[in-house]
Amino acid sequence: MTQINRLATGGRVNRDRPLSFKWRGKTLTGYEGDTLASALLANGVSVVARSFKYSRPRGIVAAGAEEPNAIMQLGATEATQIPNVRATQQALYDGLVAAPTSGWPSLRFDLMGLVGQVAGKAMPPGFYYKTFMFPQSFWMTYEKFIRRAAGFGRAPRERDPDQYDKVNQHCDVLIVGGGPAGLMAALVAAKSGARVIIADEQEEFGGQLLSSHEFIDGRSASEWVASVVEELVLCEDVQLLSRSTVNGYHDHNFLTIHERLTDHLGSNHGSVRQRLHRVRAKWVVLATGAHERPLVFGNNDLPGCMLCSAVSTYINRYGVIPGQRLVVMTSNDSGYQAAIDWQQAGREVVAVVDTREGAQGDLVNAARARGITIFQGSGVIDVKGKSRVQAVEVAKIDVESHSARQGTQQLVCDTVATSGGWSPVVHLSSHTGRRPVWNPDVLGFVPAPTTEPMLVAGAAKGAKDTSEALQQGREVALSVAADLGLVTAAVSLPSTTSVETSVPMAIFHIPHTKPTSRAPKQFVDFQNDVTAAGIELSCREGFESIEHVKRYTALGFGTDQGKLGNINGLAIAAAAQKKSIPEVGTTMFRPNYTPISFGAMAGRDCGTLFDPERYTAMQPWHVENGAMFEDVGQWKRPWYFPKSGETMAQAVNRECVATRESVGILDASTLGKIDIQGPDAREFLGRVYTNAWAKLAPGRCRYGLMCGEDGMVFDDGVTSCLAENHFVMTTTTGGAARVLEWLEFYHQTEWPELELYMTSVTDQWATMTLSGPNSRDLLAKVTDIDLSPAHFKYMDWHQATVAGVPARVFRISFTGELSFEINVQANYGLHVWQALFDVGADFNLTPYGTETMHVLRAEKGFIIAGQDTDGSITPYDLGMAWAVSSNKPFSFIGKRGMARADCVRDDRKQWVGLKTKDPTVVLPEGAQGVFDPSASIPMPMVGHVTSSYWSENLGRSIAQGYVKGGLSRMGESVFYPLADGAMIEAEICSPVFIDPEGDRQNV
Amino acid sequence: MLHIHCPHCGEHREEDEFHYKGQAHIARPLDPESCTDEQWGEYLYFRDNPRGLHREVWFHSAGCRKFFNVVRDTQTYEIHESYLIGTQPAGRGTPDGDSTEVQAS
Repeated sequence: MTQINRLATGGRVNRDRPLSFKWRGKTLTGYEGDTLASALLANGVSVVARSFKYSRPRGIVAAGAEEPNAIMQLGATEATQIPNVRATQQALYDGLVAAPTSGWPSLRFDLMGLVGQVAGKAMPPGFYYKTFMFPQSFWMTYEKFIRRAAGFGRAPRERDPDQYDKVNQHCDVLIVGGGPAGLMAALVAAKSGARVIIADEQEEFGGQLLSSHEFIDGRSASEWVASVVEELVLCEDVQLLSRSTVNGYHDHNFLTIHERLTDHLGSNHGSVRQRLHRVRAKWVVLATGAHERPLVFGNNDLPGCMLCSAVSTYINRYGVIPGQRLVVMTSNDSGYQAAIDWQQAGREVVAVVDTREGAQGDLVNAARARGITIFQGSGVIDVKGKSRVQAVEVAKIDVESHSARQGTQQLVCDTVATSGGWSPVVHLSSHTGRRPVWNPDVLGFVPAPTTEPMLVAGAAKGAKDTSEALQQGREVALSVAADLGLVTAAVSLPSTTSVETSVPMAIFHIPHTKPTSRAPKQFVDFQNDVTAAGIELSCREGFESIEHVKRYTALGFGTDQGKLGNINGLAIAAAAQKKSIPEVGTTMFRPNYTPISFGAMAGRDCGTLFDPERYTAMQPWHVENGAMFEDVGQWKRPWYFPKSGETMAQAVNRECVATRESVGILDASTLGKIDIQGPDAREFLGRVYTNAWAKLAPGRCRYGLMCGEDGMVFDDGVTSCLAENHFVMTTTTGGAARVLEWLEFYHQTEWPELELYMTSVTDQWATMTLSGPNSRDLLAKVTDIDLSPAHFKYMDWHQATVAGVPARVFRISFTGELSFEINVQANYGLHVWQALFDVGADFNLTPYGTETMHVLRAEKGFIIAGQDTDGSITPYDLGMAWAVSSNKPFSFIGKRGMARADCVRDDRKQWVGLKTKDPTVVLPEGAQGVFDPSASIPMPMVGHVTSSYWSENLGRSIAQGYVKGGLSRMGESVFYPLADGAMIEAEICSPVFIDPEGDRQNV
Repeated sequence: MLHIHCPHCGEHREEDEFHYKGQAHIARPLDPESCTDEQWGEYLYFRDNPRGLHREVWFHSAGCRKFFNVVRDTQTYEIHESYLIGTQPAGRGTPDGDSTEVQAS
């Protein structure tokens, strides 16, 4: 295929640089400067997609971001697949490989087409709700099928080889859009000394000026653009971002810009492909322009139906004429430009069909002078053709009665360009929640006033022509500069030729001779196959709110967010309800303006940088010794240390036995540690813990429970008294940050009169726990202090030297064995750990991980806050009344809460031990218990299992959990019916399975 | 993303640096034991949900680690002022009618 639609001259393409690309396996040629869309049109490609519901052939309609049909899958390799690329926004590069995303499995023949035929009249609005609702369990099946058939494209199945990054920026003014208004605003702001970012989604700056014949300051529009860009480049504080879409406008003038650095060159260039700018702007200027509205008429989706402005753009900017014979239908003067451009390019203009009577603007007269046939007060009511426009039906229309006169005229043509006026691009302005407001002069919605420092200029505000856009651009920049306190630059307004225009007509939907419901399909939203008849039907079915109409018909739901169809849809809904458009209102637009790649959103935050990993000082030793790791928050904690060939269960059993028989060691560095100092530290502890702290002497440690004001346990840990006014608190690993914030909250907002200071010292200390009967003898080999029971009692701590390093040694135990917790400066952690192993062989010193820690503490009946508690558990429910001191003078946090009537009921779920009747059976954690195994479903549930393990030390399974009134049901049975039908019987017992007297730890 | 002025740091910082802590001026009863269950429940659970101005506590968690109050419009997200714990907003922060309920906290 040759470039049959390429003009010999004209356009901004470089005919000396041919580029070859593949479309559906076929090799085609375009030029440097083309978009994929212009290159396809140059090659005479009409059908680029199949539609969503009806599987109708679809062609390129637009030349920019509003394109609804030409949605492509790009990528020569699996790893570089890119879904949902608008061909109108993709620069052509050599070797580009494109395929349609819709129309699976092929453009000519597909399943949906068949379904459509078999189903006859096919799918009315609400089709999915009506058809696929039942049986509900089938929805997943349907959805899979619909998604595949809907052509949403697909993500690569291999790792993306490209790099992405993000940058945070500040500026005085961010200007969105590089058309006449944006460029003018940038020039004035920059010359006034403002820090400017100007971003434009297209390949180059200029916007509509790049496809215009206008003259500005006596030069062609594109020459003016080039000179302004040149000036801006020379300004020190101006950042020009082309190929950069401002995709999101968030609160407090925070905007995101999606910059595409190498997408025009192809994939995998070794440099950054896309960059996400996160910009905090003092001012925002929206110069986002306007999208031309197509008119809605019969079979208006046939390939060959386009926007007038798109026709002009393809001719003037790309040197591509998308057909042979053109019919224009327009409701305003600007549509005539397409006819003039077409004729100038040397092809036939069959007629301009103007919905108005007696239009006399400059462009109208120019067309007339060129001998172009003009039909007035008429409309194209239907298009004939199979996979391309072959002819149109033209009829006289009456807008008042919404009717078309019988006696139509057929015009043979292959292209129909329509213009229904211009819709300001209001999307960004509504991202922060402001509904656009209707402007009757513009015949469109314009951005609503906002509390953000934001101004609008140009076509986005309804500017009618270049001159007005330039003027508004200058105006907004001057007011921004003045607000910033800058000396405003004197930049004169460029001269433009003024164009007289006649009044546009407010028409959106071209009447047919038949009622809409019987007329040929008149498409409003191409991406979702929403028709005028469908919108009328949804209004008849009672969907009055435009938001409901949207959701019922799927109007504006596509990846284009209704950029083309939205206003037409609103207008049709308004007419159906006999309301005005502002009465019906508009739906909202949300970020992102156009689809954005996941790569750009992720930036460098992927792989190992996705989430920070925290390691303890002993991490290298753990890795070297084959630890399996468990994630606890961001911490990587050793889970267990398998010897070669060991299963997890074997390793854990070995670690458990070795600890109780000789000595084990746990890396406990991840426990939260908060240093608390000050004359009121002790008083503060008494308020935040449930137990008493007034008499804890220096050198002593105490376990404490923390509750919320509701009386429910939320954390626990040991706090030690270092000196009269100095404590160190430990928290659970996962709760460290939350507990500190909670303590600071109470200190700063409730009790600022207390003098104390809190500092997180979690990372500053490495903590290792020696546990087991030989822990004293082992520690004695590396320390200088007296470890004898008389001198170093249970719940004492001593300053010591361990392995030559200053250490705090705490005699506290989470296993029920004689234990010493050694804390050293984190930098010494690995050294001390290693030193313990150097002398540990004689004692079979065994490293153990979190799993063994869990088993050992469960054997001893110690809770884990967050596993055995869930925010609905009081200390009494845990059987830990001993940890609540109700006669403290201050009403500690949780005291009032746990006194509520509901918290003191006898039949609350209480934490108890559970012994399965069959000692080899380990209850699943989470299993729900019942008292009566023969009760009918739904069985009354009485509590669940929170902790359950195999205990090698006891040679049986152990478990703990909640049972209603469990503390007074010792010895009774609870039954656990499982999902597989099994029923496990367990006896309620004390949660302490080993050494209830504490003989093992008090040695 | 909000741009929040921390009155302790004297600067606007990104929302990323802060934690939201809910409605401001909820003082802990001085004598919890004298509260009825209903009063205690009121203190614990019941919060305003205004459409418009809302006084709320923020925590500069990744900054100075200080708590402070903010008057924010829940509809526009506009922040009218930031002020210290234990003080009252200077401007529009006190919605009509409930100024008597406000306790310094």
